[in-house]
Parts: sequence; structure tokens; C-alpha cells
Amino acid sequence: MAVSQIQEHTNRQSQIRSPIMSMKAVNKQFSGVKVLQNVNIELFKGEVHALMGENGAGKSTLMKIMAGVYQPDAGMIVYKGQEVHWNNPMEARNRGISVIHQEISLSPNLSIGENIMMGTTFKKNRFGLIKWNEIYEKAGHVLKSIGSNLDPRADVSTLSVAQQQMVEIARALSLNSEILIMDEPTASLTDKEIEKLFGIIEELRRKGVAIVYISHRMDEIFKISNRFTVLRDGQWVTSGPISETNPKNLVRLMVGRELNELFVREKNNSMVRPEERKPVLELKGVSDKKFVKDISLKLYPGEIVGLAGLVGAGRTELIRTIFGLSELSNGQIIMNGQQVHIKSPIEAMKLGIAHVPESRKEQGLLPNLSVIENILMAQLPTYRKFKLLQYKKMNQDADRYIEELGVRTASKEQNIMGLSGGNQQKVVIAKWLSIGPRVLLLDEPTRGVDIGAKTEIHKIISKLADQGLAVLMISSELPEVLGVSDRILVMHEGKLRAELSRDEATQEKIMYYATGEVK
Amino acid sequence: MMNTNIQTSSPIVVSIKDRSKKIFNQLGMLIILALLIIIMMVFAPNFTDSSNILNVLKQSSITAILAAGMTLVILTGGIDLSVGSTLALTGVISVLLSNAGIPPVVAMLAGAAVGYVAGAINGFLTAIPKLPSFIVTLGSMTYLRGLAYVITGGYPVVLASEQFKFIGAGKILGIPTPIYVMLIVYIIMFIVLKYTMFGRHVYAIGGNEEAAHLTGIKVNRTLIHVYSISGLLAGISGVVMAGRLFSGQPMVGIAFELDAIAAVVLGGTSFVGGRGRIQGTIIGVLIVAVLTNGMTLLNVDFYWQQVVKGIVIVIAVLLDRLRSRT
Repeated sequence: MAVSQIQEHTNRQSQIRSPIMSMKAVNKQFSGVKVLQNVNIELFKGEVHALMGENGAGKSTLMKIMAGVYQPDAGMIVYKGQEVHWNNPMEARNRGISVIHQEISLSPNLSIGENIMMGTTFKKNRFGLIKWNEIYEKAGHVLKSIGSNLDPRADVSTLSVAQQQMVEIARALSLNSEILIMDEPTASLTDKEIEKLFGIIEELRRKGVAIVYISHRMDEIFKISNRFTVLRDGQWVTSGPISETNPKNLVRLMVGRELNELFVREKNNSMVRPEERKPVLELKGVSDKKFVKDISLKLYPGEIVGLAGLVGAGRTELIRTIFGLSELSNGQIIMNGQQVHIKSPIEAMKLGIAHVPESRKEQGLLPNLSVIENILMAQLPTYRKFKLLQYKKMNQDADRYIEELGVRTASKEQNIMGLSGGNQQKVVIAKWLSIGPRVLLLDEPTRGVDIGAKTEIHKIISKLADQGLAVLMISSELPEVLGVSDRILVMHEGKLRAELSRDEATQEKIMYYATGEVK
Repeated sequence: MMNTNIQTSSPIVVSIKDRSKKIFNQLGMLIILALLIIIMMVFAPNFTDSSNILNVLKQSSITAILAAGMTLVILTGGIDLSVGSTLALTGVISVLLSNAGIPPVVAMLAGAAVGYVAGAINGFLTAIPKLPSFIVTLGSMTYLRGLAYVITGGYPVVLASEQFKFIGAGKILGIPTPIYVMLIVYIIMFIVLKYTMFGRHVYAIGGNEEAAHLTGIKVNRTLIHVYSISGLLAGISGVVMAGRLFSGQPMVGIAFELDAIAAVVLGGTSFVGGRGRIQGTIIGVLIVAVLTNGMTLLNVDFYWQQVVKGIVIVIAVLLDRLRSRT
């Protein structure tokens, strides 16, 4: 007994020491573009390994090679002591490598149980038909093991995003994964759910699963990971224990240059408001039918107001109500002292309200169109002569915006999809500047944008405010809210809970109100 | 100037990739058309006769006009299955009106107008209650055809007016009138797509309807226009067809919508919407026309012609898929 225990112990020791997977000098190119060059990474059992890098650094390509989606052009993958060549994701999955993609990939109209067990072979009864009870039972087990009590028989379509994420995790676990790759798993989760997820990750880690964790959020990385690997422009920069680095250092490694963490807007003195200043936008007791409850606020020209709160607090819905995308059930919207009734984006735009939506890909970009058309699409009427578009004038104006916002693009005719996330976002902002707005509504303006571009976007927003624009900015990243806003409003469950001046606001205070801890 | 300096290499490389893709998009099908023409010149007797070439163009003009409208619809991510039936109904109505003593030009315009209205109904149902265009136009394909049968009792109506016949069977400077109609339609469509707000809105909606809406584009109105134009062009085709056949026939144009769709897809317009060109569509039309004509000249069995045409369409869709994958 004792001997075998010791043996097991030493086995485990050696397993800990030798990596479960190592990738050596991996190269990958797509139609001539080198996406990965000589990338090395080692994964050990029972570790959370943070994979870091700006957008386009090659994280997702590396992850996809690990999981068999792509095959490397050169280099080798050693898994459990053997060199392996995955021909497809199935092979990798069968050997214990699972991926939780950033986008949820469940079949909404199938049951939770089916989704969880999808990657496994369904047990059949003697008539060759599926044994449903067994599937649900097994799925239930997996769910329980991660502390979820979802009903495996319910449809996935009835779940919230966070719950769906749980199902994704359960699915990965149903395959007895030894390596679990998580790509920005917290992007759509609330803080409470993130806590829960971290608990699960910790549990898995203790069971010996190697977890590759991709995230842009520094605090998370330092909270849960053991080691890190940094990629930059497709090249391996460094790997090491997380305890031997700090956020500032990591950012420096990622961008390859010193960076003053985040942009901090200069204090806006005019914000000490004399009474005669008039708000450009005022809300009085605004409610929609469901998410927004009795919101009153004033927005003055030249200021940036941060709108903080947890996901689901009704911030996006509030902005959508102002922009005429959802109906006002109660209250008044007042622009320049006059009550307005905004029923559509077109009416909002006519009043000088611009809206940069939450999801760039789904709501912001016009794919397959050029940069220039993406910038000027909202303003096409002004470029017409006898009903025909004047491309010459459009080109000039587009050039101006591209220069003003520092959009990095090969040419203005370039397809918008060829730009990096940050530059795409600048184009979306340019589109709204082209209408000459007085109020700019921003919904998570730097989501999924790398740190360098983030800072640039913050500078742009700040400059626009200095030029007299009134900005209302939703952001779930507290450092962003604190760094850019002149004033911060906190929402919780559809209601405005607090207004904090720039000086008094801290992360703790905002979270205090955002979580509803208010008497 | 500054910007070029900071530029990382990737956007430039992407743009070269983009450009070569673009060239393939535009030229790919043109090369296939050129190859086809060369093959036919070598092997098919009389292919290069001017009478044969005019014949090819004349025969493809109806499909071409339908395909122009179809391009618009497919660019928005929709489909219009009703154009063949619209063609039959408008042909019948315009011939009946002409025979009833209404001036031929007015009768022809009325036919086109009927097509416009039929299209507007499709557009309305697609845009406002947001029904899938496939189902909306599957329905109208059936009821418009039914109406054509009801009006005529199922029999062809012989066209009396000589002036009316001119639109389908006449010649100007030795070139058949339908070819002029086709050319005018394509020139206008090219300008509309590239140089009008409406045209750019079509692309924007097809690429991302939600983003287009948030950009202040009147999505519903644009969609109704798109289907109306498709209907209008089907109406024009119906009138030209009636002039060519000297009659309004309720059973004409069956499966024409499929020829038009095939031409659009061959021309490189993406079925998902948002990407494609009217120039591509005319190339697609010509590929099918040259193929059919050449095979006929080569005495390929009619049934085999069908098989070959079908295979060509599938290969074209395959190309479309390969192209959109990267």
C-alpha cells in the first residue's frame, strides 16, 4: 500500500516536472503572412498558463494549432512525451485537448445535456436508439461537478450568456480534458460569475488539468495564473512564473515598449460648473419597459461622463433608449432645453446624437466595404451632386478623418475587415464624428482592442470632449472609467445609484455601488 | 505621411492579398469566359459569325435583365424566386392591354409597372414583417403564375401591335432591340450601385443589416426599393419577351429565376450578401449563354447540355465558397 502510494507520489512528481505538452519552434503562415515564428510554449499538469499578447500577436493561431484546427508549417508538438500531428480538432479532442472559444458555440435549440455530451458517443439501447436518460444523467453529473444545478433537459436557448458559458465548460469537461484552452472566458460574465468561474478553474487545476488562459484583463491574469507566455507580432517573447513579473512589466513585454499603463485625462477645470452652463442632453425620469428605471442625468458640453455598472445593469439599454432604439415608457429626454421624442437612430442623428455600439463586429462595421465608406456611410447625403456620389470629395474628407484619428490602414480603399480591432474601432468613431455630433454615446469603446490602440482611443475621446463634445461612455473596465471620465455615474439593476466626481471615485467605491451594496 | 511610417507590415500585406483576391474575383470569371470563347472559336463552326454573336446576346438579354435585379436582391442577402412568374404575368397583361386598344408604349409601361408593384409587395413582406425572402417570393412565384393562368385561361394571347413587337423582335442599326434594353439596364445599374447612396446602402445592408440600421440607413425602405426594382426589371423582361414571342404566354419564363440566380453567383456575388458587382453578373450571364450556344453548335445533346450547365453552376458556387473562406 504504502509503496504504491509513494510510487504514485513520485509519478506525480515527475509528471509535474516534465511538461504535458510542449510546442517547439512552431511556425505558421497564411498566404505568405508569417503569423507565428519560432514560438515555444510548455504546459505542465496542474497549472494555469496565461497566454498574453496584443491583438494580432498570434495567440489564437497558437491556440488553434494546439487544438488541431491548424497544422504548423514547421516545428513540433510533443504531447505526453510523444511527437504528435493533429490532422483535425477531433483528433486533439479525443486525446484530451478541449477549447472554450470566445464566442459561445452551442446549439441553442438542443437541450443542455445534448450540448454537453455532444463530443462523446451517445449510448444506444438494444433497438439502436439513443438512451436519453443516461445522457441527461451524465450531463447532470458534469454540471454538478462544477457546482451548477442547471437542468440538463432544458433548452440552451433559455440560458443567460453566463449560464451558456457554464455549459461550454461542462462540455469541455465531459471529454475528460487534460488540456483546457480558454479564450477570453470572462468577456461576457459579471463579477460574481467570474468569481465562480475562477473557483472552477482552481478546482480543475488541482485535479491536474493544464489550463491555457487567454485574457486581456490583467487583474484576472494575476489572480489565477501560475505561469505566463508572451507573444508579440507572432514571435515568442518570454515565459515564466507569474510571481516574477508585474502588470507593468507584462504590458511592456507585450507592446515591446514602455507604456504609462493607461491614458489619464487631464483634469478638466471647466467642470467646476458655473450655474449658467447649460446641459446639452438631459434625462428626466427616463424608463424603458424593462431595463431602465427612472434615470435622470445631465450631460454638459465638453465633459466625459463614465457610466459604470455590472453587465446587465441597464447601461446599454439606457444608451439605446437615448438613441431611439428602444421605446421610452416614461420620462423625458431634453436636448438643448427642448423636449425631444426620438423614435429611430435617424432622428437621433438629426439631433446630433452619435452612438458607437457595444459590439463592433455585429453592430458597428460594414464588412466588405472600404475604410472610406465605413467612415462616411452616415454622411453620404452630403456628398451627392445630382444624386450621384462625389468620390473625390469623399476621399478628401476620409483622408482628414484617417489622419485625425490616426487610423493605420494601407489605404482608404482597404477593406475594413483587414484592419486590426483598434483601427476598426477608430473608423467606427470616425463614422460618428462625420455627422458632427454634439452628444457622443460610447458603449465599451475599447472592448477587444489592444493596449496601444486603447490609449490612442482614450486620447481621441478626450480631445473630442475638449473640443466641446459631450460624451457618455459605458465601460466595464474600471481603470478606463477612472482614467478618462470627468464624472462617473454608477448604475445597478436599471437604476442610477451614485454620481461620483473624478476626485472621489475609486475602483472600490464604484464596485460598492455597482453591486448594489447600498442602504 | 507620418502614418505610413508607423505602419506595421501586416495591413500592407493584407492589402496585397486583398488586391490579388479582388483581381481573382473580377478576372477569374472573365478568364473562364475568355477560355470558353476561345474553345468555341476553335471547335464550334460559325461561332464567330456576327449573326451568331448577336443571337447569343439577344437570347441572353432576358436572363441578363432579370439577373441585374437579382444581383441587387442577392447583394442584400435575399433571393427573388418570383421573377420568372412576374415576367409571364407582365407579358400577358401588357399584351392584353395592347390588344384592347391601349397605345403600345402605355401597355408596355403598364406591364413594367405591374412588375414593380409585384416586387414592392415582396419587398414590403421581406422588410416589415421580416419574412424570409425565400418564402415570400416562393409564394409570389406561385400566385403570380396562377394569376397569369387565370387571366388568360391558360392560353397564349397573340399580340396584334407591330410597334409592340419591335421591343422584342425589332432591330436598330442591325442590332436587336433587346440588346439595347439590356445595355441600358446594365449601365444604369452600374451607376446606381457605385455612384448613388441607394447603391452603397444596398452593400451596407447586405454586409451588416444591424450596423446599417444603427448608421441611420433606412433599411426597410431600401429593401422595399430593391425588391421593387427586381420586379420592375422582371416586368421589363416580360414586355420584351412578349414582343419577341409575338404573344403573352402564361407558361413562359418557368425556372428563369434559377438562370438569373446562377448568373449572379457565377458573377461572383456572394450569397450571404454585401459583396459582388454588376459587371460580374453580365459575365456570368455570358458564360452560360456562350456555353449553351457553343454546345448547340457542337450538336451536344440537349439533355447533356443541362448536365453540363448544372455542373458549371456547382463549380461556380464552389469557387465562391473557396474565395470567401480566407
